[in-house]
Amino acid sequence: MSSDKPRQEIYDSTAPSTDTREARMGAGPDDRFNSKLREAFGASPFILTKFDQFMNWVRGNSMFMLQFGIACCSIEMIHTYAIKHDLDRFGAGVPRASPRQADVMIVPGTIVSKFGPRMKRVYDQMPEPKFVVGMGSCTISGGPFQEGYNVVKGAEEIIPVDIHVPGCPPRPEALIYGVAKLQERIRNGETSPVVVKPYELEQFGDLPKDELIQKLADDIDEEDLVMRYNWADSP
Amino acid sequence: MSTELERNQQEIGVEVTEDELEALIGDRALRRDDHLNAPGFVIRPDDVQDVLFDLRDEAGFDHLSCLTAQQYEDRYESIYHMKKYADPTQEVSIVVPTSVDNPVSQSAEPVFRTADWHEREAFDLVGIDYEGHPDPRRILLPETWQGHPLSKDYDQEQPQVVTLAEHANPIQPDHHDEESDTMFLNIGPHHPATHGVLHVKTVLDGETVVDIDPDIGYLHRCEEQMCQQGTYRHQIMPYPDRWDYVSAGLLNEWAYARTAEDLADIEVPEYAQIIRTMGAELCRIASHFLALGTFCLDVYGDFNAVFQYSFRDREVVQDILEDLTGQRLMFNYFRLGGVAWDLPEPRDEFIEKTRDFLDELPAKISEYNDLVTGNEIFQVRCNNTGVLDPDLAKSYGCTGPVARASGIDYDLRRDDPYGYYENLEWDVITRQGCDNYARVLCRMEEVEESAKIIEQCLDLLEDWPEDDREIQANVPRTLKPDPDTEIYRAVEGAKGELGIYIRSDGTDKPARFKIRSPCFHNLSSLGEISEGDFIPDLIASLGSLDIVLGEVDR
Ligand code: SF4
Repeated sequence: MSSDKPRQEIYDSTAPSTDTREARMGAGPDDRFNSKLREAFGASPFILTKFDQFMNWVRGNSMFMLQFGIACCSIEMIHTYAIKHDLDRFGAGVPRASPRQADVMIVPGTIVSKFGPRMKRVYDQMPEPKFVVGMGSCTISGGPFQEGYNVVKGAEEIIPVDIHVPGCPPRPEALIYGVAKLQERIRNGETSPVVVKPYELEQFGDLPKDELIQKLADDIDEEDLVMRYNWADSP
Repeated sequence: MSTELERNQQEIGVEVTEDELEALIGDRALRRDDHLNAPGFVIRPDDVQDVLFDLRDEAGFDHLSCLTAQQYEDRYESIYHMKKYADPTQEVSIVVPTSVDNPVSQSAEPVFRTADWHEREAFDLVGIDYEGHPDPRRILLPETWQGHPLSKDYDQEQPQVVTLAEHANPIQPDHHDEESDTMFLNIGPHHPATHGVLHVKTVLDGETVVDIDPDIGYLHRCEEQMCQQGTYRHQIMPYPDRWDYVSAGLLNEWAYARTAEDLADIEVPEYAQIIRTMGAELCRIASHFLALGTFCLDVYGDFNAVFQYSFRDREVVQDILEDLTGQRLMFNYFRLGGVAWDLPEPRDEFIEKTRDFLDELPAKISEYNDLVTGNEIFQVRCNNTGVLDPDLAKSYGCTGPVARASGIDYDLRRDDPYGYYENLEWDVITRQGCDNYARVLCRMEEVEESAKIIEQCLDLLEDWPEDDREIQANVPRTLKPDPDTEIYRAVEGAKGELGIYIRSDGTDKPARFKIRSPCFHNLSSLGEISEGDFIPDLIASLGSLDIVLGEVDR
């Protein structure tokens, strides 16, 4: 079949159709403009707002998760990604190994003092806009290990968290629900505000020179990044 | 040649009586300090190497199972729990007291390589110094930590500063000359191939690994402190689930149950033992499936088919376990003296469902063999990489599939029987390959053995007379074991020998609770097995050791 004749359908060949647009659409109203998209955006006259909303909608439906396993909850998180629960069905992507390619970080487990600075660094490496789902009681309060000498009392002490999924561990269904809720928030353009957290990465030289700092002064460079845990003020 | 070796091994396997031990240690023993599980000898801090060498070479105690450090009001104490690979029921504890003002004790590192990490941990958490230790650093807590958290005068409220040691360029040039050109590479703590939060400091020469230093402690959740704060009867049981969290919960719970039951002299009804045995083996299957899936992730690449297959099967096991225990992962199902409840009603349905799973298992296993172990590329990747020599394995205290794949015939289910294993028909799998491939095969064959055990348990449970289904012994509501009793007991967890040491002080909470984690030992051998290999083989070796950071760091 030669391709110089106009065709209604494309079979066998992928050569472009030479029909005009009107001919293809036929007579009648152009209902592409009454599409789902239109419903989603409403009839707001401001193009900027519309674009924002459009972006939020896109964002919510195409999220790349960070492949990030910490503790027990990560096993259930892997189950959520894997067969049967298959988080991908909800447009919440296959996990990415690099924080630079990820939009969402699921924090699946207990954060201890040694890991705090590293988690903060991984979070900082993610491009904006970024979102965090805290999975399990440990990321809410430290969970079963709340009284431990080494345990950070919740992820929110270090990074902003958008959604908390309670449970120890939460079932995969619960995590999916949490992710769906996050999508809802993203679609509505909501994020947790980025504020100063109790535990931040700071340069060692900037810390107030109290007893502890003076003791450590020989071991740590002025320029080194450190995280200072004031356990007495922890919740 | 081999006959002499055999004879040697037989001799070592021969029972050493307490009198012989006393004679061997002689007047180096200051006094006796017997534990429930083993005779204990108190020795001077500068006799440690001497005594341990004698015990190892003369009496055949070739397994330093655990090192417990603790502080009393008037002294520090390190306890070396020794066993034999040939017969783990032969045990001896060497107790080394040191003064509070000057807690210095001789290092046992020259005798057992595994003492290296153990003594670092004892220094880190309790604060005992080991003289002659090759690398006296903290291991679990950051270098800049103040104080030793399990010592008596530790103030948990004091602030701490933790550094983020950064390499401006993580691939930093290290050393250049004509012959070699090494560079330093950080792997982890956030890295998909480290199975959690492990940090491996690696030095490479080209693609060859010349030196590695696993840096652990990114998941040190104070498990021992938590257990010391909980009451025996109910508050401790949830924590073991969270050590080896890869569905191995029941196996871990059993470690605690066994120790506490022996400590308080509780008899478990036979029916409950069968349920325990069945549950534990289900957990082992789930755990080995995950080991296989993640190993293939490491070897084949990103979220691949084998991984999805193994998770499909894990889901089935988890469903069964959920029916049995009520939870998918953190079961909290064992109680001291039995289990929480009987099989779910309707029983037939549960038994049927489990049988279905077992019936489908052989087909699945052959599928895995087609997909994984029969794959030539896989074989080329795994054969002869990550070789762990049996003697080294013993010196590092390796147990479980890692040891069995190096030809060490050591399985506590058979050698130090507990539960219902004695009465069932099954085999201990050993392989001689010593490499990554052998470890994978060993796990897969163990899955089949576990299936056999479950099958037999199901038969027993099905026919068990209805009026004799006792699931829990009578245990007092508050359990207060006699003061100053000490016990060390181990079970065969999914990863190896999972041991617990408890010292009671007459209250309803343990005075010292120490966990002997199999992964901790297995991981410590990583340097030995992967130095000289290529960097991708390092990743494969790490995967085949099948570590769980929750258990390594505790
Ligand atoms: S919330 Fe529970 S399951 Fe999750 S990481 Fe914490 S202890 Fe583990």
